[in-house]
Amino acid sequence: MTYSRTLTGAVAGLALLMTGTVVSAETLFWSTQARPAEERQAMRDGVLDKFGSEVDYQPNENGPWLTRLQAELKANDGTIGLLGGLHGELAALSADDLVDLDTLGLSADSGTFNELAKLGAENMQYIPWMQASYIMAANKKALEHLPEGADINALTYDQLIEWAANVHEAEGRPKFGFPAGPKGLKHRFFQGYLYPSYTDGVVRTFASDKAVTAWEKFRELWEHTNPASTNFSFLQEQLLSEDVWIAFDHTSRLAQAFNERPDDFVAFPAPAGPEGRGFMPVLAGIAIPRTAPDMDAAKSLVAYLLEPETQIATLKATNFFPVVAVELPDDLPPAVKASGEAIAKMSSAPDANPGLLPAGLGDMGGDFNRVFVDTFERIVLAGQPIERVLEDQKRRLATIMERSGAPCWAPDAPSDGPCPVE
Amino acid sequence: MNVRYLPYLLILPVTLFLCLFFIYPFVLVSQQAFSGPEGPTLEHFREVVSYWKFPISLQNTLLLAAVVVPIQLALSLLMATMVSRMGKGRDLVLYVWTIPLGISDLAAGIIWLAIFEQSGFLNSMLYGIGAVSEPVNFLSYQNPAIVFLAIVLAEVWRATAIMLVILVAGIGLIPKEYYEAAEVFGASPWKRFVKITLPLLRPSLQTALVLRVILAFEVFAVVAALGGTLFPVLMSETYAYQFDLLNSNAAAAMALIILGISIVSTIVILRALRVPKGARV
Repeated sequence: MTYSRTLTGAVAGLALLMTGTVVSAETLFWSTQARPAEERQAMRDGVLDKFGSEVDYQPNENGPWLTRLQAELKANDGTIGLLGGLHGELAALSADDLVDLDTLGLSADSGTFNELAKLGAENMQYIPWMQASYIMAANKKALEHLPEGADINALTYDQLIEWAANVHEAEGRPKFGFPAGPKGLKHRFFQGYLYPSYTDGVVRTFASDKAVTAWEKFRELWEHTNPASTNFSFLQEQLLSEDVWIAFDHTSRLAQAFNERPDDFVAFPAPAGPEGRGFMPVLAGIAIPRTAPDMDAAKSLVAYLLEPETQIATLKATNFFPVVAVELPDDLPPAVKASGEAIAKMSSAPDANPGLLPAGLGDMGGDFNRVFVDTFERIVLAGQPIERVLEDQKRRLATIMERSGAPCWAPDAPSDGPCPVE
Repeated sequence: MNVRYLPYLLILPVTLFLCLFFIYPFVLVSQQAFSGPEGPTLEHFREVVSYWKFPISLQNTLLLAAVVVPIQLALSLLMATMVSRMGKGRDLVLYVWTIPLGISDLAAGIIWLAIFEQSGFLNSMLYGIGAVSEPVNFLSYQNPAIVFLAIVLAEVWRATAIMLVILVAGIGLIPKEYYEAAEVFGASPWKRFVKITLPLLRPSLQTALVLRVILAFEVFAVVAALGGTLFPVLMSETYAYQFDLLNSNAAAAMALIILGISIVSTIVILRALRVPKGARV
């Protein structure tokens, strides 16, 4: 009892100490990115340590991240100096709560990213910070099972299915891996890869005949997918444990595999469907909440993060690529090299069909993702008839589009007003 | 000071604490659940109830409680009677049995995940003794029964001790004279258990069951660790509304639905195990 009391006292003392440090001139960088312990440490020791003054880098899950931010906004009194998050997370905030950042004169090289960063308002609400994408990775042992005549850098979905089937047959168990776990990014595969590749759209074509084909194909692929995929969220783990030989995931969620055993794995572009090779970027941004305690410090931190050297350090720390032009050094980690090449091949492919991140959904981004996750769970896991599920989910999708008023984004054809579900 | 007021003074801090950190947030949550853009509304309730996963998660939650609680009740009664008859080593046994209580439920879920995983202990063992030729994937969407079983096991392991502690205290309160008298009349141990222990244990059983059943409706971390999204329960849906969909109103509505279920079950238990006033020890 006395022991636990001492412990409580120590913890309380520590808590006091920590609140004490907040008062000092440190800038609190409140982020949803680089959460794994190694990345967090790398952000602190490799990226932010060279900034002139102290930065307290605190990554958190989206939920707690937002809760604290909203509490500070409501109280009109903040400790958070700088926000880091994905485009979708920042888009869920109200533009009034973020400081306009045009005056900094900073932007990404991509005009599309800069446009996205306005969040539908007149001015830049956040500054693009770093980018990534989703790619495929495979164990080299799987390569001998590639279908005849198939080029790993220009696969089609049919070839991928055949390849996965060959591996399945040869090994006696399914070895394709898909991030369908609770924290997995499965919805991005449907929004940015499967739908664009098969229907040349996401919203308009949600319940089209082509979409039915897409889901039929995905069901075929699922036959050769490790059924434990519903627990997989970071495919690097399963690649390393060899539960999976071929995988689709976010570049930074595959990085560990390449870094630990660079000679065992290959990275390659996502496959193509009848409407081209659909793929989608991941964009993270930095923003300043209106309640930031030290505006100048926050702004100079934004400028520091966009400097080429910082962007390269960030790339090494997080496996997220720079958004400004930089000269990449030779000593990059294997994962960065592998995924960088795969992304380059994907975007320069003759049949490339790049999609954009969902924009204009505001705080309905979660609902939008849920439509795709639910469709997957019902069609693939519960085995419900495709047409019926699509008809049913279509109504939910239409409601979300109308309520948020989001216009269509590529590859959907542009729309006046909310993007219609056809 | 007037001794009459002392009890009130002593419970004042706790009352204030509860008002501030329970009643006040509760009022806020209820407001959130019923408030819409155009005044009071039931829209949020309609929204969460009409979602296709709601009936599944409700069914899963009730089923889990219906299976887990009776097993725990039986086990904790058995363990409590065993402990109460022990002399030496009683404390040690009690401590060991209550270890799972000291572990957070997420950690408990992860421990059981380490057992049931494809590369987990159970598979290594089965493989080691040659029972399976390759690791079996127990926790997959293809084996919902095994997922359910794993969750039941983890819950029983984790939360039986909370009932045990209450029942051990309750048994300690039963006067020894009753047992001595029963023994004089030649009552068998089973008869003594049914005729003396059980009836006199009612107040403790009440408390233990109410606590346990309410906790069963709030089950979350263990299910999340073992079942992921394969086994939706009310609490995981509430979490999804709050943190994935950023829809606090719907999450508040879900929370009130869980509260409603908890209140109903509490009343049922209190009624069923009521101790007549004259019969209280």
